[in-house]
Amino acid sequence: MKLGLDIGSTTIKAVVFDDEGNLIHESYERHYTLITEKTKEVIQGLIHKFNIDKPVICAISGSAGMGLAEKAGIPFVQEVYATKVAIGKRLPGTDVVIELGGEDAKILFLKGNLEVRMNGTCAGGTGAFADQMASLMQVSADDMNELAKDATKIYPIASRCGVFAKTDIQPLLNQGARKEDISASIFGAICNQTITGLAQGHPIEGNVVYLGGPLTFMSELRKAFDNALKLKGTCPDKSLLFVAMGAAYYATEEVDLKKALEVIESAKDSIKVSDLKPLFKDQAEYDEFIERHNKDRVERIEGRPYDGDAYLGIDSGSTTLKVVLTDDKGSILYSRYESNQGKPIDVVTQSLKEMYEKYPNATIQSSAVTGYGEDMIKAALDVEYGVVETVAHFTAAKFFLPDVEFIIDIGGQDMKCFKIRNGAIDNIFLNEACSSGCGSFLQTFASSMGYKIDEFANLGLFGQNPVDLGSRCTVFMNSSVKQAQKEGVSVENISAGLSISVIKNALYKVIRVHSADELGKKIVVQGGTFLNNAVLRAFEQEMGVDVIRPDIAGMMGAYGAALYAKELFLKSGRSHADGYNGIITAKDLQEFTYDVKSVTCNGCNNHCQLTVNSFSGGRKFIGGNRCEKPVTKKAQDDSLNLYEYKLSLLKEYNDAEKEDADGKAVIGLPLGMNMYEMLPFWYAFFKKLGYKVVTSGFSNRAMYLKGQGTIPSDTVCFPAKMMHGHIQKLIEMGVDVIFYPGMTYHFDEKKGRKNYNCAVIAGYPEVIAANTVNFGDIKFINDYVGPHEPKVFKKKIKEIMKKIPKGAELTGSDINKACEAAYSEYKSYKNKVKEQGEWIMNKAREEGKKIVLLAGRPYHADPEINHGIHKLIAGLGFAVVSEDAVTSLVDKFQTNIVGQWTFHQRLFLAADYVAKADDIFLVHLVSFGCGLDALTTDEVREILESQGKLYTQIKIDEVTNLGAVKIRLRSLVAAIESGRRAE
Amino acid sequence: MSKVRTSPHFKEKLMFTKKMKKDYTILSPMMCPIHFRILRPAFMRAGYKVELMENEGPDVIQKGLKYVHNDICYPCSLITGQMLATMESGKYDPNKVAMIITQSGGGCRDSNYINLMRKAFERAGYPNVPFISANTWNMEYAPGIFLSPITMMQAVAGLVYGDCLTLISNQVRPYEVNKGETDALLDKWIEKIGKIFTKGRGYTAHAMNKNLQAMCKEFSEIEIKKVPKVKVAIVGELYLKYSVPGNNHLEEFLTEQDCEYFIPTVLGFGAYKTNGALEDLRAYGGPLWKRIAMEVVMKYYFFIEDLLIKNIEKWPNFTAPERLNDLKKRANGIVHTENSMGEGWYIAAEMLELSEHGYENIICVQPFGCLPCHVAVKGMLNKVRRENPIINAVDIEYDPGATRVNQENRIKLMLSVARENLEKKTQGQV
Repeated sequence: MKLGLDIGSTTIKAVVFDDEGNLIHESYERHYTLITEKTKEVIQGLIHKFNIDKPVICAISGSAGMGLAEKAGIPFVQEVYATKVAIGKRLPGTDVVIELGGEDAKILFLKGNLEVRMNGTCAGGTGAFADQMASLMQVSADDMNELAKDATKIYPIASRCGVFAKTDIQPLLNQGARKEDISASIFGAICNQTITGLAQGHPIEGNVVYLGGPLTFMSELRKAFDNALKLKGTCPDKSLLFVAMGAAYYATEEVDLKKALEVIESAKDSIKVSDLKPLFKDQAEYDEFIERHNKDRVERIEGRPYDGDAYLGIDSGSTTLKVVLTDDKGSILYSRYESNQGKPIDVVTQSLKEMYEKYPNATIQSSAVTGYGEDMIKAALDVEYGVVETVAHFTAAKFFLPDVEFIIDIGGQDMKCFKIRNGAIDNIFLNEACSSGCGSFLQTFASSMGYKIDEFANLGLFGQNPVDLGSRCTVFMNSSVKQAQKEGVSVENISAGLSISVIKNALYKVIRVHSADELGKKIVVQGGTFLNNAVLRAFEQEMGVDVIRPDIAGMMGAYGAALYAKELFLKSGRSHADGYNGIITAKDLQEFTYDVKSVTCNGCNNHCQLTVNSFSGGRKFIGGNRCEKPVTKKAQDDSLNLYEYKLSLLKEYNDAEKEDADGKAVIGLPLGMNMYEMLPFWYAFFKKLGYKVVTSGFSNRAMYLKGQGTIPSDTVCFPAKMMHGHIQKLIEMGVDVIFYPGMTYHFDEKKGRKNYNCAVIAGYPEVIAANTVNFGDIKFINDYVGPHEPKVFKKKIKEIMKKIPKGAELTGSDINKACEAAYSEYKSYKNKVKEQGEWIMNKAREEGKKIVLLAGRPYHADPEINHGIHKLIAGLGFAVVSEDAVTSLVDKFQTNIVGQWTFHQRLFLAADYVAKADDIFLVHLVSFGCGLDALTTDEVREILESQGKLYTQIKIDEVTNLGAVKIRLRSLVAAIESGRRAE
Repeated sequence: MSKVRTSPHFKEKLMFTKKMKKDYTILSPMMCPIHFRILRPAFMRAGYKVELMENEGPDVIQKGLKYVHNDICYPCSLITGQMLATMESGKYDPNKVAMIITQSGGGCRDSNYINLMRKAFERAGYPNVPFISANTWNMEYAPGIFLSPITMMQAVAGLVYGDCLTLISNQVRPYEVNKGETDALLDKWIEKIGKIFTKGRGYTAHAMNKNLQAMCKEFSEIEIKKVPKVKVAIVGELYLKYSVPGNNHLEEFLTEQDCEYFIPTVLGFGAYKTNGALEDLRAYGGPLWKRIAMEVVMKYYFFIEDLLIKNIEKWPNFTAPERLNDLKKRANGIVHTENSMGEGWYIAAEMLELSEHGYENIICVQPFGCLPCHVAVKGMLNKVRRENPIINAVDIEYDPGATRVNQENRIKLMLSVARENLEKKTQGQV
């Protein structure tokens, strides 16, 4: 008899083979993270069932089984290896195995030499991810599978990790996209994650076998893989048990199970010692805390009849919907706080109907809506004002603490913090995709342990030894929690640890404070997450200050919106346009209907997925757009947008549609990364030598997907990943040569210590060379060149040209002329950009327009990489220029950071330029995962803030939530309007 | 050089002065435990009070997270945490310590560790702690630091001794019959070299030859039982390869897993970096004097490299590393040797080298999100595996949030495959 146990992250599986190798027992159960107990149960069950009284051959496998196996003295088999053993026994012809588990994902390449990939620091694209997404849509995982069957379109969803994907899905839900389509998109995302994250350039072909829970249970997920891989994989019988069977097959050692059981039972789990203080010493401390916070209340007169003026505020958040109706003194008449169930319009109309019923005689004078769903709700319900979230929260916070200095709001998905300086919103911190989801993380974790969220949080109040879970991305936290559980830490201490982690994440990851003094003493905390006393306490403890937590912490956005509506109504002289009532009337509400359609906009290269909502009364809302074109039916005026100008220049350096090859060799230039700046140079160079020169064109989603399978690093920045698509595009175009030279150095602009490119740009041609296997007859040139040193460059390029058709025939004078043309074209391009930039700034000043300097790197002009943010800014009424327009206007100066990268040095120069001008504001574009920007962000901020200017940063990635970008930009507008510079 | 204007945010750097040399303690993070222990006496002899920080734990990690940008590489955040935790430990007078940290001056972020640490110290309330930049490019001036030729030569010799001891002890320890014998001998030698340095000796080629031979002899005499063991090479980012808190006690873990492991030399990496600077000059031009100077330095490096390697090569029972010029040949056709930012072409070449010397099971350690590693490690793995399919490599990322369990699980997978291959190999021999 042989026993095999597979203790995974969510389930325990057990198999028993008899001496003839027949499977005589199998079990599969969830362990709800009670690993030790459940394992005991399973082993006891086996002992009982088979009357085991002497040592049997046995082994344990599974990601959660390692520690336990060691303790109990049972041999451990690494789980991927166990799968390999089982496949070898049962399905010997297999080439590739894809196995998705609860929190892990693996690919085994069995053909030839065994190669195994498993997820490392990133747990995205796994079963837990699918579960999380299902719960976000408020359906079960099975339902999600059913829904996906009726999908008609696929939305792009960032697949990298659950947190990213959430930020993509939520706006889709809010915009009314169909759940069927979203479900299928989620499966597509899991596929993408597995293919990019794990295969990393290794082709998946031949006999593919699907294993593990998600792939067994979800037919649509298998289909998604089939489609992506263009093959038909099989999900074999007993697909859930392969790891357990592998453990059994591999086992050779006899183990006395009874003894092992005793060891497991007696082993007091080694509790992780941390120096975290308990949240509360004792009951008295707790009572004092409760009493103090009970004071911060707003008067509530719910249920009392009222017939005066009233003001309505709505906060349509990412997961919840909040409605508040106040009287003319700010007391609350009516309030609702509920899940938006993915259908915010339905939920809000329901609430309003109820509100009208309760207060038939109140006069709602005005209304305002804030939050992610702002635009849609505003259109749907004819709400008077839309207000940016930061302003709404600030308005509410002032009600409780007029001279508030700092506001922090932690909601379900998002975190917003901002400083108040001179009565205006100053510094905004929003969670970037990576560290978000803190509130919902508590929720998810509570429910995975079988608790309700408040119940779970309260358990932590008196945990005497909170576990230290670190303060990083929630995905990492997840594995820390798992580890703590494995070590037997009590739920109380885990709960307390989680609350502390949520706070640490907010403080050190999002706001990045160093000491409490930085935030000031007058702090208002809000958002649903702070209604948990454990989280609130953790915040006060960590910062060492007492803070104000209003009793309506969860509804501050809606409350602030109501106050805002009132303020503006009174300011406007208590009047509306004719026939407008400040909000949809009770009567219209009764007849309210709406309809959602999903279409692809073909107005430009972005091809946005639009959701068109039509409401009764002829109102309409279009979501998913990045510019005004689909709304106004007019092209945006781009004359004061330097990014568009740059694109229009770059577009011209391409012969693809201009001329036939006519016997000339065709040189293909991949238009990504530093090629965005080098294009004029290389184009002119090759043109002069008589080649036809084509580019891969601006990036788009389809292009990205083409190269996805060859990306070796899943954590490199998106612009680098995109490069793989450009290369594939050129291969498809059938060029003769792909020219993508290595450039350690860029041109020296003499403004820093050196003129490096970043390490990724410098070395990326090597990555392309090493991971692209389908060049075929195309010559790929990735030699290193240094045009910054013309003399040496000429010699080097002459050598390189010998590898290119007809290149060997070129004379030194040919090369010289080509180089001359190249340098001169580069210079001319740079000058044009600079001059146009100056023209735009002058023109804007003439017209009294404010200017945004959108500072990034040359390749941030790419529409797929910047997601149309420059258009969004222009749409808010700004003129837009880029960093390279002003760098030559600024003298070299000393920075605290060693500035040695040409592109990054420009950011410092741009910041210095902006700091000294009145009407220009800097918005810093940062690529997610850009290591150098970890250096530049702080430095740019310091340069600006030391001279009294605002700093706004936008992180961009594969998919970027433009909602969060809008909040930042609109808050910037609000701050500018409130006359910060007037001081 | 004319003075460049500053922006209002600029902070003058606090210099380490001659006066400070007298009574300040210089704190250095412990990177390579063997090398740094050997080097310390050389600097003590020169009048510097040097202490090595080896602290680790959640408090260290927390402090790093709190005071440096969270997207910065792990080594920076970890070392900053070590420094700040040391400041608070009460072991030293906070007004009488200086910090020393390397600054490569290359296109990697490490050129700015020192500045990020300064910012962190400022925020943490220690604006008066001077930072010393350890670099070879004269990037920052410190009047209190002057190294005599003897100290500099001892420093180089210290690296040679450290590399030799690391290499040979790692090849003996897994097979020793009497547990602990190798480490006892190692300690003896570290102490012995320290004493020699204190006396102002031990740096000449003659002395080095003598000492290296004596080391190899004594380690060869340790009683061993050669049984087939899984042989693992650790390659990757410089700091993480060696640092104990950095790589979560990787060496201990591999010992527990009953493996032999090979860690490449510090000197080799130095030779690679020097070659990189020289190759830059060759490829892009530059002042003639600089190029001549670099050629001379390179020659010196080759001399030292040869000194180390030939002394080990004399002992057939030890595997010696390859010389830089041989490694460069290995890179040929895989990756351009002009690619020398960070770990550049070096890791790919090393993997090919080591796999041919029996260390085909490879752990590539790298900080999460390390820029050059995207190219040098992850970017090269596929190609290197195609080149030599017996390579069984795993890349492990280190980060404050990465759990040891996950890292060890991934390594265990690599080891399972290694064991299977080993079994096949040994069965084939029978």
